[in-house]
Amino acid sequence: MDMNEIKEIFFQECEEQLAELESGLLKMNDGDRDPETVNAVFRAVHSIKGGAGAFGLDDLVAFAHVFETTLDCVRSNKLEPTQDVLKVMLKSADVLADLTNAARDGGSVDESRSRGLVKELEALANGELPSPSAVSEAPAPKPAPKAAPASVAAAPAPKPTDDSGFQPIPFSFDDFGGEEKPVDLPAYEITFKPRFELYSKGNDATLLLRDLSRLGEMSIYCNADALPGLEELDPEGAYFFWNITIKTDKGEDAIRSVFEFAEWDCDLTVKPAEDSKPGETNEELPMIPVPFDLSILDDGGASEVPAAAETKADDTAAAVAAAETATNVTQMAAAAARVEKKESAAAAAAAASAAAQNNAAAGAGQTIRVDLDRVDRLINLVGELVINQAMLSQSVIENDTTGTSSINMGLEELQQLTREIQDSVMAIRAQPVKPVFQRMSRIVREIADMTGKSIRLITEGENTEVDKTVIDKLAEPLTHMIRNAVDHGIETPEKRAAAGKNTEGTVRLTAKHRSGRILIELADDGAGINREKVRQKAIQNDLIPADANLSDEEIDNLIFLPGFSTADKISDISGRGVGMDVVKRSIQALGGRINITSRPGQGSVFTMSLPLTLAVLDGMVVTVAGQTLVVPLTAIVETLQPEAAAIHSFGANHRLISIRNSFCPLVDVGRILNFRATQANPVEGVALLVESEGGGQRALMVDAIQGQRQVVIKSLEANYTHVPGIAAATILGDGRVALILDVDAVVGASRGQSLKAEMSLAAAG
Amino acid sequence: MSYTAKNLTLGGSELIAFRVGDQEFCVNIMSVREIRGWTPATAMPHSPSHMIGVINLRGAVLPIVDLSGRLGMKPTDPTARHVIIVAQVRRKVVGLLVDAVSDILTVTDDDIQPTPEVSSDLERQFARGILAIDKRMICLIELEALFPETESEAA
Repeated sequence: MDMNEIKEIFFQECEEQLAELESGLLKMNDGDRDPETVNAVFRAVHSIKGGAGAFGLDDLVAFAHVFETTLDCVRSNKLEPTQDVLKVMLKSADVLADLTNAARDGGSVDESRSRGLVKELEALANGELPSPSAVSEAPAPKPAPKAAPASVAAAPAPKPTDDSGFQPIPFSFDDFGGEEKPVDLPAYEITFKPRFELYSKGNDATLLLRDLSRLGEMSIYCNADALPGLEELDPEGAYFFWNITIKTDKGEDAIRSVFEFAEWDCDLTVKPAEDSKPGETNEELPMIPVPFDLSILDDGGASEVPAAAETKADDTAAAVAAAETATNVTQMAAAAARVEKKESAAAAAAAASAAAQNNAAAGAGQTIRVDLDRVDRLINLVGELVINQAMLSQSVIENDTTGTSSINMGLEELQQLTREIQDSVMAIRAQPVKPVFQRMSRIVREIADMTGKSIRLITEGENTEVDKTVIDKLAEPLTHMIRNAVDHGIETPEKRAAAGKNTEGTVRLTAKHRSGRILIELADDGAGINREKVRQKAIQNDLIPADANLSDEEIDNLIFLPGFSTADKISDISGRGVGMDVVKRSIQALGGRINITSRPGQGSVFTMSLPLTLAVLDGMVVTVAGQTLVVPLTAIVETLQPEAAAIHSFGANHRLISIRNSFCPLVDVGRILNFRATQANPVEGVALLVESEGGGQRALMVDAIQGQRQVVIKSLEANYTHVPGIAAATILGDGRVALILDVDAVVGASRGQSLKAEMSLAAAG
Repeated sequence: MSYTAKNLTLGGSELIAFRVGDQEFCVNIMSVREIRGWTPATAMPHSPSHMIGVINLRGAVLPIVDLSGRLGMKPTDPTARHVIIVAQVRRKVVGLLVDAVSDILTVTDDDIQPTPEVSSDLERQFARGILAIDKRMICLIELEALFPETESEAA
């Protein structure tokens, strides 16, 4: 594994940490005061800082450090996480994300913004209340991480009790300032007790102690009492702990900062020495001090130790092989010495195998990272399996006249199994929509800032799962819509106040499953659509004739037309008229539908309905002019056998069908797709009542229905080109290709928008 | 179009010769993925007349082009005796419907004669040169010219 791969993993983890950070901050923003939430936020920043330090990403470390310091004040209840404080923190989270992206992709970030935030964060840490104009013009000095943490205003305060029940001793500089002797440097007693997982997380006690030794004169006593017999020893565990007395003028903060990156994996106490005798027996940790050879802290000494251990333990090769870090080797040397006494090679083998088991248990996490390509290949293969199984079933049915043979039963079981495999494989790709929703909260914040509006984003159902490809393609249209909602939907605070509404606007983003699809709703409590304005604009832009008689719903849906924008002024955020038609197109490309309902003065609701997966589709297999077509089941409202009396001619070329006293245009699919020259007789066929986007219903005429089937979607574009009226292709049980109808395009064509026109447009583009 | 501009370095390459109507053509063997028998294709709406339809090639959707029609000759009425040459054209795979595959030829650049000046642009567009083998005339087709980027990439 080379450095780049490791770096890539770091950035992946950063993304997770950033998501964690943001969700934690948002929780706090909603009034969550659970210390665990604060800790989670702190941990996220801390991990990013730690990893960034390892890769020498100084900008990231510097910013994370300041952020962390301020968060620490919140953690220690020195800073009340008010809305204003959290606003600064959320912005800082955004900058941290920007810095991470810049570090990965080599871009640059808005320096003045990050500097301003550093100022604000430092001010918060110093106990100053945030003010809107806290951004100072003078560039803040970049705080050097680790180098001089003592200069950071907020001294680490007593930590809350952590999970090991360890209670640090409160300490104040004032207490011992008077006792300080002019000649003697202040002495500190440090207990450094690594937790079991310290080494497996890549920390090394040797290095930490070496760093500590640079602060001043120190003496170390190692306590090896906890070291078990070799048969119980885990070679990767931590058994020793150290009592250290150090004389330094750098202060407690400097000492703590040495252990900064190991903080979560060790128990650390730092306190001023009560008297100058080093190695005073600690009541809490009774021990017999063992003088510790400081030479091990030198690089040379550390590298010599393994050799010594090897010679000692030449009959316990398995144990020595497991000893990888210098510090572990010292443990192993001690362990090996015990083995020598016992002369028990079997015990060593047992210990090694026990250790291996421990490692296996520790390694089996709850999730694994899998390359998306591999999952996709599996999904493709399962798709083939489904087709093959259908082909097999069909040929057995054709050749088997009795229909009761054991082959049939076997096939039925096979069918169930393939279905189950397919569902499971699809579930691998299913991901919660949470990451996309979280990105939206940032967008809302930014646009609210830019427009001077006060907006509250409420998300619901963010754990709703949907296929990863759908999620990936959802972000862009959703961003457009959120921008529109904030920029155009929500009014300015003054207008809201005048209308008697809460000055804070609300945008509600909801996801839920409904009948095999995912439904995403975006509701704002803004002014709603100004229908008269939309109508005027549409007439002005030649989108509709001036005398057009449109229903409210039809007017609302005009905003999805290309080149439509009602914004009075064109802003940076939206309003160039490329918004909603792009949204509609991308949603349609996903096989989804979008709808808007609006109530003047009360807001608008955009509803998107999307398929859960893009790989399979439940379809109705129909025959049209001798061709087999698949109509997506989600589009079909009902099927009916038209009677001659229900068909009414309307004008020269149109026919309507009356369904329960309402009239619905009849669309001959074979004619639209050019499969036949003349319109078929509706009475001989079947009508599929479909609902197209925009709510209008149409009756699609097909010749016959063959049945319902789940089909695997195959791309037509891969080897051919986009065909108007056709969404994709699939392979049926007989091995032949069937085309999947693009219902919305066919309905659109029946409205007069020619498929040919769309085709020439596509060819030109 | 100038033919000198085309890269003719074929040094000892192999060509697959096939029959369309009463004429013989050949393509570079390196672009041929496989040769298979005719299976009924699914017609595509709004497609040019030489576009016969699509078939299932082991799970992929493969468009089938009637080469005779594409070359401006009489459209083929496909039967079980017809052959589909599956060829790679840029990043896409297409099936060419031909009457029969006749030969595999090994030729050098010197065997390829420049296309004679004829009035029709269509022939000059796709013909890269002609070969004289055993008193037969075989036209070397350039598939990339037959399926220009704009047609295959339109989406």
